[in-house]
Amino acid sequence: MKKEELFARIEKAIIEGRKSEAEDLAREAVKAKIDLTEVIEKGYVPGIQKVGDLWEKGDYFLPELITSAECMKAAMAVLQPELDKANIKTKTKGKVVIGTVEGDIHDIGKNLVASMLSANGFDVVDLGADVKLEKFIEKAEETKADFICLSALLTTTMLGQKKAIELLRQKNLYGKFKVLVGGAPANQKWAEEIGADGYAENAMLAVKLAKRLMGA
Amino acid sequence: MSERVKSISNPRLSLNILSPEDVHAIHRASLRVIESVGVRFPSPRALDIWRSHGAEVDPGSMVVRAPGRLIEEALQKAPPVYTLAARNSVLDLPLDGNHVYVGTDGCGVEVIDIHTGERRRSVLQDVENIARVADYLEEVAFHWVPVSAQDCPPESRGLHELLAIWKNSTKHVQTESIYSGREARAAAEMAAVLAGGKDALRRRPLLSIMECTVSPLGHDGGSLDAALVGAEYGLPVGFMSMASSASSAPATPAGNLVVANAEVLSGLALVELAYPGAPVFYAAAQTVMDLRTGAYTGGGPEDFLFGAASNRLADFYRVPLSMGSFATGAKEPNWQAGLENSLSTFMSSLAMSDMLLGVGLLSGSTVWSFVQMIMDCEIFGIIAKMMEGIAVNEETLAVEVIREVGPGGTFLTHGHTKRHLREIWQNSFLDRRPFSVWEKKRDGAPDWARDKAKSILETHRPAPLNPELEQELRRIISSIKP
Repeated sequence: MKKEELFARIEKAIIEGRKSEAEDLAREAVKAKIDLTEVIEKGYVPGIQKVGDLWEKGDYFLPELITSAECMKAAMAVLQPELDKANIKTKTKGKVVIGTVEGDIHDIGKNLVASMLSANGFDVVDLGADVKLEKFIEKAEETKADFICLSALLTTTMLGQKKAIELLRQKNLYGKFKVLVGGAPANQKWAEEIGADGYAENAMLAVKLAKRLMGA
Repeated sequence: MSERVKSISNPRLSLNILSPEDVHAIHRASLRVIESVGVRFPSPRALDIWRSHGAEVDPGSMVVRAPGRLIEEALQKAPPVYTLAARNSVLDLPLDGNHVYVGTDGCGVEVIDIHTGERRRSVLQDVENIARVADYLEEVAFHWVPVSAQDCPPESRGLHELLAIWKNSTKHVQTESIYSGREARAAAEMAAVLAGGKDALRRRPLLSIMECTVSPLGHDGGSLDAALVGAEYGLPVGFMSMASSASSAPATPAGNLVVANAEVLSGLALVELAYPGAPVFYAAAQTVMDLRTGAYTGGGPEDFLFGAASNRLADFYRVPLSMGSFATGAKEPNWQAGLENSLSTFMSSLAMSDMLLGVGLLSGSTVWSFVQMIMDCEIFGIIAKMMEGIAVNEETLAVEVIREVGPGGTFLTHGHTKRHLREIWQNSFLDRRPFSVWEKKRDGAPDWARDKAKSILETHRPAPLNPELEQELRRIISSIKP
């Protein structure tokens, strides 16, 4: 198979949300010893960008968007060990530590944001739900993260977002990470009030916000 | 434009509004009224027909008292199923009891100008513009004359209106704005030109005629003559009662139904006596007067009940129903408009009324609004989706899918979701955006609906009318002199 044909098939597999095909094509690329950064840049990335465009136009719905994001993730899981072996550093849009704050087990929205960030080239560490506030900070320090993303669905647990920022101040780490908040009770005003760096209404706007804050 | 019309069919929802005993009681009461009180038929031709069939005719008051048996026998001649033909046969509308179609409302006298936003008298160009937008929208299955062409001579106005619609749409036209035998004959001749002759028109009626009764218990002479001419040409004809409780009908809803039923039945029976087997339809838009002022209301719980009850009666007589729904009393597309048009249309749809009238008019069917028209179409879309009900089978119960996803998993990316997500209703005008987005833009459904109507007006090019045929139609119109 020609390189260009492979790229086109990868793009199509991502757009149509075919996970096993997206993985198989990644394996094929490895076997054919094609430059893997090129495979990502010319196959997978254009695919996920087209999916984003289709969603913006209203032709694609969230399940399709997330399915494609999951395909992207699965294919990257195939490619990553090979990239590591060859000591190739892929360009990351930014490192993200994300989770739902302590006391709150709601993770649907957080999962969507994590999927979308990851599909759009961010390096995402998902800590899951009901995450201790200290844990966010430890992990961010350990991974040299650019972002800490705090999710909360309840007005009671939303206060965890505020406490996390206070904790950063106490540890003299405020300003070292960009803190993003999200969830039904949060809004832009709340983000400003507690000193967060940003707020987004949904997963797609979260990607835009993160890209903007990275100066991309 | 899609080459299809959206309709409701194979509904899973139903409604019990009148028991069979109730229907019989209303039927018997209506016949008693026709027999013993009578209905006024101010047309010499109509009175002759009644007289020749043995009805009792009072020449002074022109009130006809007809035996119930005569009415029942006449109605039995009406065909239960027939098709409203469209110039484009793909858009034909079978009236088979298993379809609900929506038309444009009529006949308004003013228009909210789409460009200036100002309210002004309606003219012929408005009829053309509305017909063009209606031609585009799949929710609109057929036309009524939406507004009056007040820049046209009164004696041929109804014909100019028909030509304006035919020039801009290939869908079926039901005129509610022709009120004389002479004009009806010209309209039928025009339709025959389009159909390719009178026999062809009889097989494929491109035009149907709806006449209003004069409540309580009366008809208009010109309207009767027009209906009889329509039936002569094989055009489906119907009579619509707009009996208003507490003024032109009893205050009680059942009493209103009796008055309206007596009017409609006597009109349809007349047509069947004159032309046995002629396609006819029941039409109704009963209401309740505004108790404070006596004004026409155009909405309210009793109206919504009439919408469903009338179809039970039409079903009993085995004729299709053309039912007044939508037609809000609101002055702008607002809460009241959404509420009234949704409930009236839902109730009429639950009863599977064959034709619903119609989209686009405000202020009790007097003021045309393109914004309301487009938003009414979304209301119909929601109701059509609801009427599908809930399908229960192996695939939709999805037990294996649920097993695969399990507790705490997500259905979002499952193939089953992908298979079915496009069956889920999608909004065009309901605002589901984040608050912050709305806060910045401060826009909403009326703005989007206006944009859509403008874009249809600018871009939709309906199938053109053959210039020679148009010439022929104009010749027929000009033969009508004051």
